[in-house]
Amino acid sequence: MPRYRVKVRVMPRPTLLDPQGQAVEHALTNLGFRDVSGVRVGKALTFEIDRDDVGTAETDARAMCERLLANPVTEDFIVTVGEEL
Amino acid sequence: MTRVAVIRFPGSNCDMDTVRAARLAGCEAELVWHRDSDLGGADVVILPGGFAYGDYLRAGAIARFSPIMAAVVRHANSGAPVLGICNGFQVLCEAGLLPGALMRNAEQRFVSRPVVVRVENTTTPFTTAYQNGDKLVVPVAHGEGRYVASDDAVQELEDNGRVVLRYVENPNGSVQDIAAVANPAGNVVGMMPHPERAVDSASGQADGLPVFESIASGAGLITGGTR
Repeated sequence: MPRYRVKVRVMPRPTLLDPQGQAVEHALTNLGFRDVSGVRVGKALTFEIDRDDVGTAETDARAMCERLLANPVTEDFIVTVGEEL
Repeated sequence: MTRVAVIRFPGSNCDMDTVRAARLAGCEAELVWHRDSDLGGADVVILPGGFAYGDYLRAGAIARFSPIMAAVVRHANSGAPVLGICNGFQVLCEAGLLPGALMRNAEQRFVSRPVVVRVENTTTPFTTAYQNGDKLVVPVAHGEGRYVASDDAVQELEDNGRVVLRYVENPNGSVQDIAAVANPAGNVVGMMPHPERAVDSASGQADGLPVFESIASGAGLITGGTR
C-alpha cells in the first residue's frame, strides 16, 4: 500500500484575537523589523499515512483534523498530501 | 449523601483539592482514574483543574478521548450533574458537552489571582446555594481562560440564561465577560474560576463553598433514569 507524507497547517480563525501573534509582532517590532503587521501563530503537523491513493489519504487526514487535530470553533486547517514515498 | 466522582487525568492537579472541598460540604467523594470504565455509581461528576496531558495539542483536546469520558458523556446525557472546573471546562468544551472554547488569555499572561464574579443562574446543581446577583471572590489560575463562541452560540447562552457566572472585571478577555456556562438542560456546567480553592473561612476566602454545598444538597439532581 502506498505511503504518503501529510502536512497539516492549523491556524486560529481570522476573526479571533490571537494574543500569541500579537506578542510575536511586538517582539519583531522591538527588534527593529519595521512595518510588520497581522502576525498570527498556528501549528504545523506532519505524519505519514498508508492508504490506497492520494484521495483516500486526504479524506482521512481531513477527518483526523475534524476529530482531533483542529478545534472547529477556534481553528481552520489546511491539509496537503505529498507525493507517494 | 451525594456521591461525587472527581476524574483524574494524567496532569490533573486540582483533583485532591476538589475531593476535599466536596467532603467539606458533606459529600462522599472519590477519585476516578481516567482509564477506568465506570464512575463507581457516582451521582455527580467533576472534571478538575490542571494540565491534563500537558495541554498538548490544545487544552483538553486529548483528555476528552480518555476511556472514562464515555461514561462521563453518558452521565451528562442522562441529565445527571457534571461540573468542569478550569481544565475541566476546557475538556467539556472539547468534548462538545458545552458550546464554545477556551483560548489564550487576551493579556498574553497566565493569570493567577482572586477575581470577582457575579452569579447569574442559581438553577444548576452547582449554584442552588447562591442567590442571583451574589458577588463572589474566587481565584482563577489559567493561561487559556478566554471564553469564545460563535455570535449565535453567545446569543443563545444569553437569551436562555445559560451564563452561570460572569466576571465583574474580566481577567482574560472572555466574550461578554463569561466565566461559566451551562448546557441547555442545565446539568452540565463549566467554570474557569476555582471554587475548590475558596472553601475555608480561615483563609478569608470561602465564596466557593456553596458550589459544593449545592452538590451536597442534591437540589437540581434529576432522579431516576438510566446512567
